[in-house]
Amino acid sequence: MVSSVANARARLMAGTQGRLLNATLFLLIAIALIILASKIPALGPAYFIQIVVYGLANGSIFALIALGYTMVYGIVELINFAHGDVFTLGGFISLSLLPIFGLSEGGTVTGFGLILPLLGILVISMIVCAVVNVTIERVAYRPLRHAPRLTPLITAVGMSFVLEGVMFLWRGPFNLHYPNVLPAASIELGGAGGPAITFKDIAVIAIAVVLMIALTLFVERTKLGKAMRATAQDRDAAELMGIDINRTIAATFFIGALLAGAGGMIFGLYYNTITFDQGFTAGLVAFTAAVFGGIGNIQGAALGGLVIGMIQSLSDGYFDTAWTQVLIFAILVLVLVFRPTGILGMRVPEK
Amino acid sequence: MAILRALGKVRLVWETDPRKDPNPLVYAILGIGAIAYPLWAQISTGGQGDFLISVLADAGVYILLAIGLNIVVGFAGLLDLGYAAFFAIGAYTYAFLASDHLVVTPLHEAIHLPFWIVLFVGLFVAAAFGLILGAPTLRLRGDYLAIVTLGFGEIVPRVFKNLATWTSGVNGISALDKPVLPVWLNGPWSGDPLAFVQNFKIISPMAFYVVIVLLLGICVVLVNNLRHSRVGRAWMAVREDEVAAAAMGVNTTRIKLLAFAIGASFSGFAGSFYGAKLSLVSPENFGFTVSITILVMIVLGGMGNIPGVIIGSLLIYAITFLFLPALPPLAEDWATSLGLGGIVPASGDWPGIGQEVQRLKFLIFGIILVLTMLLRPQGLIPSRVRQQELLRGAPEDQTLEDVTAETTA
Repeated sequence: MVSSVANARARLMAGTQGRLLNATLFLLIAIALIILASKIPALGPAYFIQIVVYGLANGSIFALIALGYTMVYGIVELINFAHGDVFTLGGFISLSLLPIFGLSEGGTVTGFGLILPLLGILVISMIVCAVVNVTIERVAYRPLRHAPRLTPLITAVGMSFVLEGVMFLWRGPFNLHYPNVLPAASIELGGAGGPAITFKDIAVIAIAVVLMIALTLFVERTKLGKAMRATAQDRDAAELMGIDINRTIAATFFIGALLAGAGGMIFGLYYNTITFDQGFTAGLVAFTAAVFGGIGNIQGAALGGLVIGMIQSLSDGYFDTAWTQVLIFAILVLVLVFRPTGILGMRVPEK
Repeated sequence: MAILRALGKVRLVWETDPRKDPNPLVYAILGIGAIAYPLWAQISTGGQGDFLISVLADAGVYILLAIGLNIVVGFAGLLDLGYAAFFAIGAYTYAFLASDHLVVTPLHEAIHLPFWIVLFVGLFVAAAFGLILGAPTLRLRGDYLAIVTLGFGEIVPRVFKNLATWTSGVNGISALDKPVLPVWLNGPWSGDPLAFVQNFKIISPMAFYVVIVLLLGICVVLVNNLRHSRVGRAWMAVREDEVAAAAMGVNTTRIKLLAFAIGASFSGFAGSFYGAKLSLVSPENFGFTVSITILVMIVLGGMGNIPGVIIGSLLIYAITFLFLPALPPLAEDWATSLGLGGIVPASGDWPGIGQEVQRLKFLIFGIILVLTMLLRPQGLIPSRVRQQELLRGAPEDQTLEDVTAETTA
């Protein structure tokens, strides 16, 4: 009774307040776009297209990481701090697999001789990451499912340190060079000197899009996907309907890490450098993307990743690289203040 | 086995019997330890104990931070992942108001306010930022607050780093003023005749140690009183059930905002002290790692319980700043004494045992975190209320099986 009255009042207040807040948010976005638009002509359209392409590729990687965050948060309401490091792990594993599959810097293999080993490495890295993530869930999160809510958060931080420690031990603290195995071919728009879309850009975006479509199909069409959605919505009811909760949660961690592992490998392929602690910042940014799109919402995370990637590359390209991270986290704070459900709305029920 | 089982039983009685409260005992041990520590440090090192005392004074800053964060997280149940931001704000407040630094900024005018005043300026500035951040965000559900504070905690050090014209960027601000006691009673204990001395500069680690211990004592009393006051009970009511608290007439938004601002003010206060002690502030000192370390301290010690929080802070501080850095030389010694001297120097791919253990640091800290949480999710010295809840089971979250599993474990 009390809660329903409180809810009604909250909704009423949210109605008037919400409109005002949304108006403010749109005003802020408009101002940002106007500032940006005033800067674009000075550097020419070719530069702009280049930045957009870069933003798309960058955003695809963030989207892949963000999906894991959003799925895990949707189902167990845990910010899985180790997720960013699982992403890094994908890069590290694929890096050691490259020579085994006969790929190296400036290699001459092309065509299927290149694509098949790359796919093999991708699949192996994804699966290893997924197994690691499921193990983390089994060891560090499942025993604490009924403990105070902060406890699994601390173990998540602990697991993040453990993963970073393992990678540190494995390859040392320095930036590692990731061989540039993809062909340097590029399509130059508008003739020579125009904006170039490289093979790399296309490969990164293509892999990300394929994986995201596969994920959406999986969650919406398969029985396990249905079980995931049910568990996210109401764990107890799902259990009563005969869903194996532990298996479903493990599957969520598995799939989230598959995507993060793939993200780690294509990050390496794209930027040609990886570090053992890159997952920390990348994870925070990806988490921002998940929140931006509406946490728990899969399409939202994908969109959020693309938007954040685009914002990052626009800010890098037209403003100051040093302020990009500040901008991204400021967006995180503003989105939560003005529109806590994200741009597409969250799919996590209020409990 | 029988002994173990008996010990377990003693522990169970100790922890479930409401009459057996470990807190007075812990306070007594802490008090005696605080007095005995400098003596021990000086005697055991033959008068060269300044470093050891200085280390514990630094740990005191972290205890202060943990006590403050405990108000936010432990009492009011609001998850703050960007607590170091207020720490940074306090430290930079001190740096601006008590050093020559402002001369090289566009202001061209140095400000030298006394230490004791800046401590409270830092407190209020941090509290103001807490209010500014909290007012729009505390309406949100718990987790969103965590994310907002996380974002804020990432923004603040980066802003300090990027505004190089004002803060010298990554180099930080150095040569901050040392605290000055305005009037100091000098006496036979220092070998001088009894006299009032003007402007006594605090430089020795021992003086810092005394100041931080006194400040901690005052804070513990204050926070304990706060906890049992009307406000403190309101915080706990909000933590347990916000809707019920609102129905009982608690203005939940205001009470949460109060917790947030008070927590922030502790951090600002500690930040100013830290700046004065280190005489240096740099944006690298206030990252996410610091926020997480403080959170780990209170969760490990026992959220909501001040003695637990102090013990947790001391433990984590000792592990991260003393135990882990001391490991590499220790490992080298062991290797040599075990006749494995060959693995000490680096050769080829092998970086040498010291370097290797150095690399293990992350791993060890992570494993310690995970294991303690798995073995003791309620913390080392949990608050009585929380302990009861955990053992008897919260109404909906726990099934009977969990409770029996926990009590028999």
